[in-house]
Amino acid sequence: MPTKMTPLAVTAHTATSALGSGLAAQLAALESARSGLRPNDISSAPLACWIGRVDGVEAVRLPASLQVWDCRNNRLAWLGLNQDGFMPKVEAARARYGAARVALLLGTSTASIGATEEAYRQLDADGGFSDDRLYPPLHAPHSLTAFVAAALQLEGPCLTVSTACSSSAKVFASAERLIRLGLADAAVVGGVDSLCDSVLFGFNALELVSHEPCRPFDAARNGISIGEAAGFALLERAAAAPDAIQLLGYGEASDAHHMSTPHPQGLGAELALDDALARAGLSAGQVDYINLHGTASQKNDEVEAALVSRAFPARTRASSTKGYTGHTLGAAGIVEATVAMQAIEHGLIPGNLGGDTPDPGCGAQFAWRNERQTVDVALSNSFGFGGNNACLAFARAGFGA
Amino acid sequence: MSGLDVWVDGVGLWSSQLADFAALREVLAGRPPQPPPRRPAAATLPANERRRAPESVLLAVEVAGQAVAMSGQDAAGVACVFASSHGDQAITDYMCATLAQVPTELSPIRFHNSVHNAAVGYWTIATGCHAPSTAIAAQRASFGAGLLEAASQVCSEQRPVLLVCSDYLGNGPLLEVTACTQPFGCALLLMPTRSPRSLARLRLTLTTTAASSTLDEPLASWRQANPSATALPLLARLAQGDGSCHIAAAAQLGLQIDMESVA
Repeated sequence: MPTKMTPLAVTAHTATSALGSGLAAQLAALESARSGLRPNDISSAPLACWIGRVDGVEAVRLPASLQVWDCRNNRLAWLGLNQDGFMPKVEAARARYGAARVALLLGTSTASIGATEEAYRQLDADGGFSDDRLYPPLHAPHSLTAFVAAALQLEGPCLTVSTACSSSAKVFASAERLIRLGLADAAVVGGVDSLCDSVLFGFNALELVSHEPCRPFDAARNGISIGEAAGFALLERAAAAPDAIQLLGYGEASDAHHMSTPHPQGLGAELALDDALARAGLSAGQVDYINLHGTASQKNDEVEAALVSRAFPARTRASSTKGYTGHTLGAAGIVEATVAMQAIEHGLIPGNLGGDTPDPGCGAQFAWRNERQTVDVALSNSFGFGGNNACLAFARAGFGA
Repeated sequence: MSGLDVWVDGVGLWSSQLADFAALREVLAGRPPQPPPRRPAAATLPANERRRAPESVLLAVEVAGQAVAMSGQDAAGVACVFASSHGDQAITDYMCATLAQVPTELSPIRFHNSVHNAAVGYWTIATGCHAPSTAIAAQRASFGAGLLEAASQVCSEQRPVLLVCSDYLGNGPLLEVTACTQPFGCALLLMPTRSPRSLARLRLTLTTTAASSTLDEPLASWRQANPSATALPLLARLAQGDGSCHIAAAAQLGLQIDMESVA
């Protein structure tokens, strides 16, 4: 087990999803138990399912200097960066530490593959990409992070983590290591994934997509609803912002079981949880809220509910918020990290929307409706294809001291 | 800027021209080696997985297996950083072509093999590895960014880490934008302290330039043909036994690598 880590301050954070642009919209939707899901109106061919689509992405215009990066994923990234005063806070960090001392680590599962799909729908007569689609960096998994690096003018360590649905949780771990080793003084972390044919028809081919709004942890759940989102956070040493929410710990582990099905006993998920608690110096009983991965797939929810039942006392509250946003894939880690932080900031345990007939495997920890209480410590679970598991621990400033 | 010290206990290498790290030594000594068979053997995978896995996975598993075997480490306990600039280009090409024609006929197997972490997923399953594993990308700086990520795990967690950087070749319309015309994969098994198997110590220092060390032919052409082959300046120094090199770690960031041979 790892030793307790020095907490980092989360000096800014933001999220944009089907619940709206920015944290206020997200909080308002959670408080009023309003889902952002709608019938699918985005795939290039009909597909009967519900999606978490972000309004207004089509109308976003990138600045002229960034126009070569134009695509739905980067428009969504730009929309997200422009919420909650996030960009000015990054500019201040850049001025304070220097552009080479601010790392940029973003998660995504498919980046701008939507732009590559589009290029394939509009191939030239000779079978190649048309001239206006020929910007090579746009057709690679790093396109999101390269675009954001240009947008934020950051010159420090920079990489894309692409471990499917745990991507934008794992970036917190990479950032902590860089700061601990003195390779960076601050880090922008986060992730963006946007709706595209690849994920809609891909998950549909795996028979994992519900024809209805997803129902995490419901006895009659029948699959996921795919969403899109952009979220970001700025991490600095705790001394830089003693009153900010803190990243207390993180854990990462591999299932070593199957490419697209979780370990039946949740082995990797539990290892990641134990690792996060050890790094945070916490016992499970000190956790007030867990934002669960809770995709509404049969297997994930069964395994995760069993883990919650055996690892936590009833006072720990647990819910999935995928009934609000849909499963935002590579962006799920950061979006749900912001929900966990909002739970701490606003004393709101969001109810597990869609779980109208709770699965009998769910214990007393589950919050089926919104609850109000003080939250000092909140966790966020993120699990991905390939058996890739991550868990993040956040706490109110001063809690870990 | 602070530096990171890591020890190299294993090296894996596979390309159209090179079957392993020893073959690179042959090339550098002016003795062209026997090229490997067309498909990487990827002997670490069980036979049924080997049949199912795409060539991008076989390539990554092949070099990972070579590096781990050289190091004598038990792969089950080794954390993994798998880097690739493009992921599986053949699957991306297949998916985009299918989605443009008959989206509802997309293959579920190809889709689950399309995730960027497919190779590291297959690897952890085959080796029973429950340690942290990640999959990263950074355009043509994927090797440098992956080395930085791997070394930061070695130094902060004081544990062995397997770094793999590989790209299979592209095809279809996508090839025009990836320009990845040859397969290339390499792996390093990195340790926090010196062991009897250690080949060299690397001292990594961040710099503010993304320039890469020059290479002689045929290595220069190989690097041009595959973004993962940006590792070649370091691999060549490792093969020769000493020296320093510089590689890109991001658009405006580099790694100065000073090597001290101990083998």
